Amino acid sequence: MKKNTMSYKVKQYLIFAGPATFLFCAVVILPFVYGLYLTFTSWDGISTTKPFVGVANYIAAFQDAAYWQAMGRTILYSVISVILVNVVAFLLAYMVTSGIKGQNFFRAGFFIPNLIGGIVLGYVWKFVFNRAIVAIGQSLSIGALSTSWLSTTNGAMFCLILVSVWQYAGYMMLIYVAGFMSVSKSLMEAAQIDGCTKTQATINVTIPLMRSSFVQCLFLTITRCFMVYDVNLSLTKGEPFNSSVMAAMHVYNQAFAYKNYGTGQAEALILFIVCAIVGVTQVYIGKKGEVAA
Amino acid sequence: MTDNAKAARNKKISHAIMMLILVIVFIAFVFPFILVVINVFKTKGDINSAPLALVGSHGFTLDNFPNAIKKMNFWSCFKNSLIITVSATVLTMLFSSMAAFVIVRNKWKACALLFSGMVASMVIPFQVLMIPLVSLYGATIPILNSRITLIFMHVGFSLSMATFMFHGAIHTNIPLELEEAALIDGCSRWKTFWSVVFPLLKPTIATVAVIDAMAFWNDYLLPSLVLRKKEMYTLPIAMQVFYGTYTTDIGLILAALLLAMLPILILYVFLQRYIIEGVTSGAVKG
Repeated sequence: MKKNTMSYKVKQYLIFAGPATFLFCAVVILPFVYGLYLTFTSWDGISTTKPFVGVANYIAAFQDAAYWQAMGRTILYSVISVILVNVVAFLLAYMVTSGIKGQNFFRAGFFIPNLIGGIVLGYVWKFVFNRAIVAIGQSLSIGALSTSWLSTTNGAMFCLILVSVWQYAGYMMLIYVAGFMSVSKSLMEAAQIDGCTKTQATINVTIPLMRSSFVQCLFLTITRCFMVYDVNLSLTKGEPFNSSVMAAMHVYNQAFAYKNYGTGQAEALILFIVCAIVGVTQVYIGKKGEVAA
Repeated sequence: MTDNAKAARNKKISHAIMMLILVIVFIAFVFPFILVVINVFKTKGDINSAPLALVGSHGFTLDNFPNAIKKMNFWSCFKNSLIITVSATVLTMLFSSMAAFVIVRNKWKACALLFSGMVASMVIPFQVLMIPLVSLYGATIPILNSRITLIFMHVGFSLSMATFMFHGAIHTNIPLELEEAALIDGCSRWKTFWSVVFPLLKPTIATVAVIDAMAFWNDYLLPSLVLRKKEMYTLPIAMQVFYGTYTTDIGLILAALLLAMLPILILYVFLQRYIIEGVTSGAVKG
């Protein structure tokens, strides 16, 4: 068996990587390229022809006020959720690595929301917001609680953020826990011998060494929040009065409800670029100042 | 009081405070699930009048479950979800570990190209691909509305991440000498991979399996675009449709929600350690 012939190489490649290459190209590469092409056509989803329209879709996307409102809303939602998720996750991680009793139980418990898909979670919370909290409000006659938060503009946004924090905090907590465990105990002890209190040692020794955990969690939460769809669909469905339609839902409706495939795809690309710029900048800044132990 | 005793006392106090906070947060975390569980055994009227009561005034009822199972077509959806999740997970593991093996062990241009393409594609969110995907495979090559298409699409989307993880594992954990020994003994590359390399990849296989199986089981957007026929629905799609149809019958809805959550929660009770380890190592490496 000759190992340097072309036919040997091709055969080996196809045997091992053939299926992966085929599926990867068919499902990711081809649609991506085809999507770029779609943005220059006006297609309604039914007709067999896809008329070429130049940059009209991009112009339409930039002029689509509802899209930019959804984008602004998504950015606001993402900023608040990302900060809250990470603060809650970090504090939880700190507490469940402090050697407290039952810490494994708590870790497992906080992770539960991540086991369940966004659609089901959204409906569970819809029940909580629409029935349970209203019932509490009515029985104690607290005005702010006796109507459903989901029926007001700000309330719906607040509910979305609350559910996102609840959903992702447990997952990010696990990454922070791994970060805490990777910082060796001797460094903490050394700092404490040098006269640091435990809080000082955590802030000045542990946290800088956990920088990569922060970068990672921020990246994951930013990308997930920007692309939120499932919970948005089940919890608020964009209501009331389309005031909680996030960018991904707008893209979906643009293409599949209003049948503007070209414009929808152009808007999807813009959303992706905005998200990628934010995510990559964050990673770049985060990695630049990384310290090694 | 000596410093040591003081430190020990401080530690005790801080632990007590943390325990209190953790318990409160934990109750807040499971509160929605508890509400579902206490209300699912009530009649519709009781849920509406007193959703917080432990037992409704009309007493305990199990009626919601058989109703929900029948109306949601639960077993058929469960079967669909299971078939799709298991086949897609197995295929992802096989295809990605094989690809990673040939990529790590050969310095061919095609391998480098495939790998860099995969790594770059990991940042592309599904929302950017869904419209062209539907127009390509819904209109140009009509293969939607089939479980097999969905399985292969799931595999295609998760290959990049899985290959990346297997790449790391083979690169750092599998000694080349081991493979060379097998080759000298007369094994083909194919046989070497399956009898020497693949068994050594067990930890990574577990990680990939946990991450992908959970993602496939819970995914809504892709299946909802691919499967439009009722008899092919997976649990998340069925849940979405069911909610739209029976919005007012809250007892049925809660039973359906609980049924949709139960399989993975039961699995979690038994495989908790593996799931947490898998998710953590997957996140940290990816």
